[in-house]
Parts: sequence; structure tokens; C-alpha cells
Amino acid sequence: MHPILDLRHRPAAALVGLALVAIVLVVLPFVLTGIGTFWVRITNLAILFCLLALGLNIVVGFAGLLDLGYIAFYAVGAYTYALLASPHFGLHLPFWVILPIGAAVACFFGVILGAPTLKLRGDYLAIVTLGFGEIIRIFLNNLAQPVNITNGPQGIARIDPFRIGDLSFSTTDSIAGLTFTGPMKYYYLLLVVLIAVIAINLRLQDSRIGRAWEAIREDEVAARAMGINTRNMKLLAFAMGASFGGISGGMFSAIQGFISPESFVLVESIMVLSMVVLGGMGNIWGVVIGAVLLSFAPEILRYTVEPAQRMMFGRTLLDPEVIRMLLFGLALVLMMLFRPAGILPSALRKRELETRRSAG
Amino acid sequence: MAGQATLLSAQGIGKRFGGVQALSDVSFTIRQGEIYGLIGPNGAGKTTLFNVLTGIYEPDGGTFTFDGGALVGLKPHQVAERGIARTFQNIRLFANLSALENVMVGRHVRTRAGVWGAIARDRKTRDEEAGIERRALDLLEYVGVASRANDLAKNLPYGFQRRLEIARALATDPKLLALDEPAAGMNATETASLEALLHDIRRDGTTILLIEHDMKLVMGVCDRVLVLDYGRRIAEGPAAQVQKDPAVISAYLGGEIALDLKGA
Repeated sequence: MHPILDLRHRPAAALVGLALVAIVLVVLPFVLTGIGTFWVRITNLAILFCLLALGLNIVVGFAGLLDLGYIAFYAVGAYTYALLASPHFGLHLPFWVILPIGAAVACFFGVILGAPTLKLRGDYLAIVTLGFGEIIRIFLNNLAQPVNITNGPQGIARIDPFRIGDLSFSTTDSIAGLTFTGPMKYYYLLLVVLIAVIAINLRLQDSRIGRAWEAIREDEVAARAMGINTRNMKLLAFAMGASFGGISGGMFSAIQGFISPESFVLVESIMVLSMVVLGGMGNIWGVVIGAVLLSFAPEILRYTVEPAQRMMFGRTLLDPEVIRMLLFGLALVLMMLFRPAGILPSALRKRELETRRSAG
Repeated sequence: MAGQATLLSAQGIGKRFGGVQALSDVSFTIRQGEIYGLIGPNGAGKTTLFNVLTGIYEPDGGTFTFDGGALVGLKPHQVAERGIARTFQNIRLFANLSALENVMVGRHVRTRAGVWGAIARDRKTRDEEAGIERRALDLLEYVGVASRANDLAKNLPYGFQRRLEIARALATDPKLLALDEPAAGMNATETASLEALLHDIRRDGTTILLIEHDMKLVMGVCDRVLVLDYGRRIAEGPAAQVQKDPAVISAYLGGEIALDLKGA
């Protein structure tokens, strides 16, 4: 149990803390819109990355299977949504139908990737998954001929936003005297999904299934000898991680309104993996923090690096883009030197033993 | 003390690695409720026999009949499900899980909760989970590691790690507990308390197959002993009888020297 959520021992403090966090999260988009709508968009992307990192955490953090092609599942989810809700095929299914389809298709691809790689570990698995990610991207790039499925490098445009009845998530509406922009509506939806995914992950980790994954991560031979069907458990990890990726991809599609294979390059996979590693492999809160930091850091640097240089030197000496990646890389190196287990290392779940000991 | 029913019978087990015949035509039977020793010089094939028995390797020939069914061809997790649990010569705990969680993993094979149960946490899953924890705590107490239940396995002292591995194996409700050198690296006090633990486990109804180099321990707990040398069976019988066997003495010492197996 996480100390700030210690409902059992300090219920009042925990409830007040939760209420404060809830208020901040609800008010946040209004504040951000005041600064500039693009900050809400950046926040939305950060939440999407949280979802991706949490999905990858199941594969890498829990089961210990290094996956360098995770973005492929994001791509599969995104394209599933785009193809079923855009003028490209003239299909316009509602999002609550497509998202489960996207999750299922990504899940299928997760098993496709998992099945042949069951005997691989570490570096070897990383190479195969990296190749898999590239294969998916290259397929998306080339499936425009002879039958145009993905529209190739041009990508798919005019993807439907989410709609619930008459409420569209892409337009600005006034509800109860408050103005809700499109990104703000997506923000609330994403927040709900994120909370659900965090809850699912927390419960999975502290369950028979989660323990089996962690056992495989720690020692596969011993896990097998203890009666764990490692083949099925690894496939399950791949499948679950992939479905989270698929759902995030579908939401990405709808929010952006346009996708192309360029959004799903190897660097994105590495970025999501960095979030998991930076935050603390296997620690759900750590992974969320890692994802938020790594999503915002480049944007904040983008808006501070140039003004800072002007202030100090009177002109821009270094291109912001260059120095941004430089600082980013430096931060990661320092991080790995001083906190190699991540910001929040995988938590040891202390169990309540006191009652038992006093009882006998 | 030992019952008469046969629990495990091995017939003509053979295993070859390239040019090395690790096991050839090894046969033996283990009776319900006994402690059966497996000894032999280094490289005699003891651990290979364990690995073949528990499905890590497939034997080139021969059959295992366990509790009325064939074992050969089963995967390690299926062997565990049938009721054989093992420990490893070089301790293989789940290093970054707590002692308690290590034992809880052992309950995996006797419990059923799946993904939906884990997410929904319905009544059935919660009850099962509580049962797993209770059983794991009982087992930690049984082997004497309860005081360190929340410590990471890798932070436990060596003797505790050996005991924890036994608790984890017992969590699978085995009919046969196969221990690979549980006393290796232990001092005399630790070995004595291990001996007491082995007697307890047998008394509580679990048959034990024991690989061990500590002859004092072997003589103290084993009802019968099988001696392997170069993958062949060279002797079998009650411990006291085996230690006088000339073939055994020459396998260990390579000559006619009398072996003081009784220890100090």
C-alpha cells in the first residue's frame, strides 16, 4: 500500500489528500487553458503516454520481457480507429465500438509477437521486438498498393472525434455556464481512462497473476518448477500490454484527427521504455511520474531554452531543438547513475502481519 | 515408519549430453512416507536425475511412474501440478519479492483466480487470496522464517534462504518433496535444525527425496539411500548398510580405505 494512500492507518489524512488531488486534476484544464490551449493538448498527450507506459510496464516491469517495439500496438490501435471512423473507407462507427475492437486487434498482434519469442530473453527478445515494431510501421507505409488500405505515408486524415449522442469532443461547448473546449473534454475522458487503467494495474500486480509475472521476471526456471505455466503467463502479459497500447492508440487517433506511419517510429518505443525505466520498472506510480516528466520536460525546455539564451547572451546561440535533446539525454544519464532503479523503485509490498502475531 | 505403497518408481532412466552419459539405466522406487537419500560423488548425475524427474530435461529412455501415472513428457509446471516440488542446489528464490510473496507464488498451482478475478476482486477471489496469504504465513512459521516475512528474499541470511525455498516448495502441496543439497553451506547448528525440519515434514505426510553430501545428515534422516557413480546405480538400501558397501567406499575414496561415515 502506498503511504500517501494509507486509508487504513490515517484515513482522514488520506481522504483530504485524495480530495486535494481530485480538485487539482479537475481544475487543471481551466488553468492550463488560461495559459494557452496547447498546454491542455500537451497534457492530453502526456496522459496518453501514461497509458502507454502503464501498458508497457506490464510486459517489461512485471513480467521482465524487454519490448522495444511496443509502439507497434499503439499504431495498430490508432489505425484500427482511423480506418473504422474516417472518410477513408467511409466507415463511421462510434468510438465505444471501435476502442474494444482496437484493443482486441492489438491484443491479437501481441500474441502474434509473443508466441514465437517465448524462449527469448533480454537482448535477443529486444532485437526481435524492435524488428516487429519496424515491420508494423513499414507495413503501414506500404499497404497503399495494390489495394489502398492505410493510404501509405500520406496517412489518414479527417478521423472522427469521439461523439456521445450530440456531444462532440472536438467542438467548444458551454455547459452550466462553463466553457469546455475540445481538448478539455478529451482531458476529462483521458483522466477517467487513466484512473481505470491505474486501478486495473494495481489490482493485477497484487494478485495471483501479478505474482506469477513477477516470479517469471525473477527466475523463470524456478517459476516453472513452482507450477507456473510460463508460456501462458508470458502470452497473457504480451496480450494485456498490447491491448492497453491499442486503446491508447485509438484515443490518439481521435484526438489528433490525423495519423501517419511517422507517428510510430522506433524513437517513440524508446521514449515509452525510458518512461518506464526512469519512473521505476514495476512501480505503477513511478511509471506514471516517469511518463508525465518525460512528456512535459521536452515541451517545457522548448519554451524556456530560447528565452533563457536571449536573456543571457542577447541572441540564440544554440538551436532549442538541439539543446533540448542534449539536456534530456544528460538528465537520463544522471538518473541512471544516481538512481538506477528509477524515481520510485519497485515497491516492496509490506503486508499486515501485526494482528496475526499478537493473535498467536 | 515408512509405509509400503510405492509413490515413485523409476525404470531404466537414461540421459546423455553429447559424449557424456550422465545417467544410464537408473531404476529405483520411493515408498510413500519415507525419506529417500540420493548420494554420490560430484558429477555422479544426482542433479541430472532431479532435472529429468521434474521435467526440465527429457530422458533419452526409461519411465517414471508417480502416484499411479506416467511422468515422462510432462512440462515442469505439469510435474509440479502432479505433486512433485523441488528446491535447487544453487538457491533460486525470487530475489526481489518478499519472503511471504515467494511462498505465495508457490500456491499458484493450487489456486485458480484469473485476470478477471484479479481486476474485479470478487468475493471468491478475495477469499482465495486471503487463503493463499494465510497458508503462506503458516508455512513461513513452519520453517521458521516468519519473523522475516516482509524482507526481500535476497536480503535474508543464507540459512533462511534455504528454508524459504523449502517453504515455497511445500506451498505447492507436494506429495514428493525433492531437495537438492539443502544443507550445503550450512554450519552444524543450521544443519541440526534442518534435520529436525525434515523429520517434521515427513511426519506431516510428505515423502522426501534428498540429495545431500553431508553424510551425517543423510545417515540421520534417510530410511534408504541410492548411490550413483558416473550415472550408474552402484548401491541401494538402508543407510547403515550402504555405507559399508565396498563399491560405495571405492567410489568415494577410490580405494580400500574404510570410510568413517558416522561423522565425529
